[in-house]
Amino acid sequence: MKNPLDTLWGTVISGLVITFVLFYIVKFAMQ
Amino acid sequence: MDFLQLGIGRWLHVVSGVMWIGLLYYFNFVQVPALAEAAKDGSGAGITKHVAPRALFWFRWGALATWVFGAIILGRHFLEAFLFMKSAYYPIGVGAWLGTIMFFNVWVLIWPNQKKILGMVQASDAEKAKSRRIAFLASRTNTMLSIPLLFFMTASGGLFRTAVWG
Repeated sequence: MKNPLDTLWGTVISGLVITFVLFYIVKFAMQ
Repeated sequence: MDFLQLGIGRWLHVVSGVMWIGLLYYFNFVQVPALAEAAKDGSGAGITKHVAPRALFWFRWGALATWVFGAIILGRHFLEAFLFMKSAYYPIGVGAWLGTIMFFNVWVLIWPNQKKILGMVQASDAEKAKSRRIAFLASRTNTMLSIPLLFFMTASGGLFRTAVWG
């Protein structure tokens, strides 16, 4: 599999996915 | 004291953060693609000689200043944030960890390898090729992490905090 960090779009999309995942983890943990 | 620590501290944290992340985006969105294009006709020497060392100077010291001012703002809540001791500090704790990982990448992975790539320290062609890949991936990792970093930083205070976390 190609490393997503080799392209700018792969990098940005990976960042958005991490943001989404961390947001829900923190939101859940704060309840 | 609050004025200095929180008012001036947060302002300087943002100013140095703009310097750091602004140059990170310059490297990833402008310089790397430009050097790839310039490699085709061998016209990239001006960038590597005159632009990259200056950009790297403000980049790495901007990173240090951002981290230090961030630590100053956290002050006596530093451990509560980093160790996730109180739920109120979870959002800024995540932001602080992301910023710390990125700060580590700048000083431990990007800068030492860039010195080899730019010829500031001796390195063989094989070492330079390896350094280029390490510095590139560390820089791309920081670009990726800057997206959640900026979310957690902006969603950790005032009206924005209430809007995001309730």
